[in-house]
Amino acid sequence: MTETFSTQNYLRDIKPPFCAGCGAFTVTNVFLKAVYELGHKDLSKFVFCSGIGCSAWIPSPHFMADSVHTLHGRSLPVATGIKLMRPKADVVVFGGDGDIVGIGMSHFIHSARRNLDVLVIMVNNMIYGMTGGQVAPTTPLKSRTTTTPYGSFEPPLDATRLAVTAGASYVARWTTTNVNELKESIKKALQLKGFRFIEVVSQCPTAFGRRVGFKDAGEMLKWFKENQLSLSQAGKMTEEELAGKIVVGEFIQREQATLVENAYKTIEEAQKE
Amino acid sequence: MLKKPASQTFFWSGNEACAEAAITAGCRFFAGYPITPSSEIAEHLARRLPQTGGIAIQMEDELASIGAIVGASWAGAKAMTATSGPGFSLMQEGIGYAFMTETPIVIIDAQRAGPSTGQATKCGQGDVMQARWGTHGDYSAIALSPNSVQEFFTLTIRAFNLAEKYRTPVVMLADEIVAHMREQVNVVPTESIEIIDRRKPKTGDKAFFGLEEIPPMPAVGEGYNLVVTGSTHDEYGIRVTADPIPHRKLVERLNGKIQNHADEIADFEAYNVENCEIALVSYGCTSRSVYEAVENAEGRGIKTGHLRLRTIWPFPEKIVRKLAETARAIIVPEMNLQQLYHEVERAACGQTKVIPLNKIGGGELITPEELLTKILEVRAQ
Repeated sequence: MTETFSTQNYLRDIKPPFCAGCGAFTVTNVFLKAVYELGHKDLSKFVFCSGIGCSAWIPSPHFMADSVHTLHGRSLPVATGIKLMRPKADVVVFGGDGDIVGIGMSHFIHSARRNLDVLVIMVNNMIYGMTGGQVAPTTPLKSRTTTTPYGSFEPPLDATRLAVTAGASYVARWTTTNVNELKESIKKALQLKGFRFIEVVSQCPTAFGRRVGFKDAGEMLKWFKENQLSLSQAGKMTEEELAGKIVVGEFIQREQATLVENAYKTIEEAQKE
Repeated sequence: MLKKPASQTFFWSGNEACAEAAITAGCRFFAGYPITPSSEIAEHLARRLPQTGGIAIQMEDELASIGAIVGASWAGAKAMTATSGPGFSLMQEGIGYAFMTETPIVIIDAQRAGPSTGQATKCGQGDVMQARWGTHGDYSAIALSPNSVQEFFTLTIRAFNLAEKYRTPVVMLADEIVAHMREQVNVVPTESIEIIDRRKPKTGDKAFFGLEEIPPMPAVGEGYNLVVTGSTHDEYGIRVTADPIPHRKLVERLNGKIQNHADEIADFEAYNVENCEIALVSYGCTSRSVYEAVENAEGRGIKTGHLRLRTIWPFPEKIVRKLAETARAIIVPEMNLQQLYHEVERAACGQTKVIPLNKIGGGELITPEELLTKILEVRAQ
């Protein structure tokens, strides 16, 4: 293990594409710190998989590791093939809200249902950032975006609660202000098995923040801090009181047979017959 | 001395033969979504793959199915999916991705009558052009077409071999008739079947996307720090989003590695093509009627030739051009509204008349009688 932590030990020397103030920097740093603290000198034990959108660029091509940058929404199906045929690799999927629960929604639910052995880190910036700020399934109601100039008229999706319902083994949500909790959560999730889902509510000052009245990234972080609640706080509140709030914490942790375990057991049984 | 193992004979449906051939070719991963008339391939592999240490999984849709086999291929496994028209449409995004990332996969398309849901249980040959142009951007396809259960077996093995050799997706343009009919299949001992595996890199290799025409392919988890992307990329897999030169270089090489080897990929059965008055160019189930029609025409003293294409894409135009030099007319029977006909006409370069004969709906084959009538009509012109 290198004496001091540096993200540079894990990254290619390629300029990241993210705007100033983007939450993807935080997620990158926190993920690599978690990996470092778990004792990984490099990323050779991992295979990264991502789809399309800003967050998909967190691992690819930046991480000095195996990475498969797939089609929009299809990171989880590709990760399914990778994990089933190379069960020893630790597969981590990075994606945005549009990628994972917009176009990729069906794969998300089915991967959680199957208990596919991957960790999904979904960076939820509440917008389609890369394409210029269009409304997402996670955009708060009434937000003005480039495709909802009079304000969004659809309620947003709670991906974290959906992951719990769909059968994930570990589910947590944090914001980019909960750096320590996020790091510990990633460390824990990397040591668990099955479908693990961490939602990181993140700031996109360029394509979302400035359009809904935040001057800069700092103001968005302030918004996160002021509106986040723990699960126990949220438990005492009504649905109306919770509107517009961000509930953070660990939503579930359960042990259950995983897709890889079940699939390989099937092979054993078939070969016995 | 060891006794040479004998060939075995089976009575299989086309779909069963295809599934068994996949196993023979080394396929260890199948992902699919149920659709008539291809579902028996998934059912057969769900039972047989685990016995060979492989995995068959039913995904939530065709987008996921092709995604999963792409992932499995990058994990080092030979992988396949099977579908029909509507599912084949959904798979086009994944076929484009596999082409761009040079991922060997096999896609079985048991064609049925389209467009859209069409006649789900009835035969058609309407996906010929979708197999060629279905995905967006500049693309070159490899597509094969079997006309018997035996051939569905041998061509499935060839599909894997071509995918592995050229590092590209290969489509099997089967059809409902070949998929569902039962015939005798002769399977020679596995040792005598040529099986091609992808070329693996040597330690220290870093360029998996282009210093050579067909670069070596590592798997994830082998320590190569492999970068795979569907974006334009350089030889090392690193994305290049704006510079025109790497895009040209990459996309021209990807097309070239197929087009430059068209003669090697071409596969056909040629009967009397050098000495015929009237010729027929056919493929898939339609060709089964052609054999009888040719016999009947010859019985009437008409010198008749038959070129049956087992490789549809890249289009084997050299042999068609040669045929156009001898035949007075070429008839192209198809269970669609003229798809490969235009390709034959293009290859004929105006040297001879090219005449379509088309029939769609209800899975009705073009009959030998209809073919003979056409031959006589063309001859009288």
